[in-house]
Amino acid sequence: MLLPLFIFTIVFVLGPLVYMVVLSFLQRAETWGVTNEFTFKNYLNILEPVYLSTFVESFKLAIISTVLIILIGYPFGYFMAKLTAKWKKRTMMLLMIPFWTSSLIRLYGWIIIFRANGVLDKILMALGITEEPLKVLYTYPAVVVGMIYALLPFMIFAVYSSAEKMDWSLVEAARDLGASRMRAFLTVTLKMTLPGLLSGIILTFVPSMGLFFIADILGGNKVVLVGSLIQDQLMKAHNWPFAAALAVVLTVITSVMIALYRKISGVKELEGIV
Amino acid sequence: MYVPIVLVIIYSFNESKISSVWDGFSLKWYVDLFKDESMFEALLNSIVLGLSSSFAAAIIGTLGAVGSSKVELKGKGIVEYISTLPIMIPEIILGMVFMAFFSLIGLPFGMTTLIIAHTAFCIPYVFMMVKARLVGMDKSLEEAAQDLGASKVRAFFDIILPLIIPAIASGMLLSFAMSFDDVIISVFVTGVNSNTLPLKIYSQLKTGVTPKINALCTLMFFVTVLICSLSALLGREKKKQ
Repeated sequence: MLLPLFIFTIVFVLGPLVYMVVLSFLQRAETWGVTNEFTFKNYLNILEPVYLSTFVESFKLAIISTVLIILIGYPFGYFMAKLTAKWKKRTMMLLMIPFWTSSLIRLYGWIIIFRANGVLDKILMALGITEEPLKVLYTYPAVVVGMIYALLPFMIFAVYSSAEKMDWSLVEAARDLGASRMRAFLTVTLKMTLPGLLSGIILTFVPSMGLFFIADILGGNKVVLVGSLIQDQLMKAHNWPFAAALAVVLTVITSVMIALYRKISGVKELEGIV
Repeated sequence: MYVPIVLVIIYSFNESKISSVWDGFSLKWYVDLFKDESMFEALLNSIVLGLSSSFAAAIIGTLGAVGSSKVELKGKGIVEYISTLPIMIPEIILGMVFMAFFSLIGLPFGMTTLIIAHTAFCIPYVFMMVKARLVGMDKSLEEAAQDLGASKVRAFFDIILPLIIPAIASGMLLSFAMSFDDVIISVFVTGVNSNTLPLKIYSQLKTGVTPKINALCTLMFFVTVLICSLSALLGREKKKQ
């Protein structure tokens, strides 16, 4: 019974991944394709300032987005777990609908809001807050908002699923024993919801480095992510080995984060993923 | 959460072509949309793709999950881990990896490559859901069936399958939604003649949009709401039983 899964996994998941690693050590051919020479050049290439700064920028964006998502998503998931069963269901439904709606549709909504003389500009000017259109579209903040909007549900679901399982009487016990609200939260609640929080961080941090279409659509070509760089190298520059090297580095970073998560939380599967 | 979606819907009824101006209520973009054959083609492609990859994922994922709960095999854990990688690693990497791999083995880009790639990232959803369901299942039921003389195959279809059907269904629903929404992986593995709906919207968003897209998005949104309500209803029925 395991056979189909094994075959599919080995042929179509493991195979391509191994090929990516091999590819990353190959030389780019003059015109098209690759030659079979072994080289480290692609990895050294990443260290060039142009590309390194893309990595740094990507990280910065991912960190900013993730921190903001934690600040919004953690309290949301936390208080959602405290709702009555009926309201939990309703909130869940309200969250599910945008979550299941095509990300492109939601992205498009932001274009309408952000573009010059768009909804945001009109509101701000009508209120007399700004005189001129702000032209938020194709700026950094627009991309950050897009990222938050796309990834926030993952954080909420992850935090919610671990806060839901939590035994609230433990918090009461801590309070009875004289812990302040803050202390009880930090030592009990935060600790118990840590797997959810960490899982939420991974589920938001990892994709935010690769979601090139958000950067593309909301950021114009001003915000270049590792994801956009890989896409450019593949589709435009046709430098496959270099793209593969970039992908290997990104995969390693991701794997390290997931391994860390498993070590800290002691849980094998990411919380709130299904 | 809803503001951007509501705006898209409102502007789909806008008479004016420039969407920053409101020129009054109109349905002409819907009429336009229904005249556009390439849209239907893309929609059809997306549906075929979503259905075939979620079915393939359901079969492979379910068999894998059931199998892994029974068979003890060396290296099982590793293969299972690798099979869930497609939803762990950034989509962009999966996309490029598939692109490179398919051109290595000489598979022409098109529907086939799209289905394979989408199946790969749908399997983990089905696998994990079915596995979670199996963990909570009473093993003695199956043993009882076999004690009473049912063959292994019979025991599977009569006992296990009915119990895990809800998990398979929700795994498939999630798979279909993910496949139907996917841009990143599709960008890499699509061919000339296999535009999917998200790819079409994406290219339009990049190059400049007409309110036709609003109309399309509005329709897609209501389909989503419908599916969500359906799955909620399914959940309620399940509880009643």
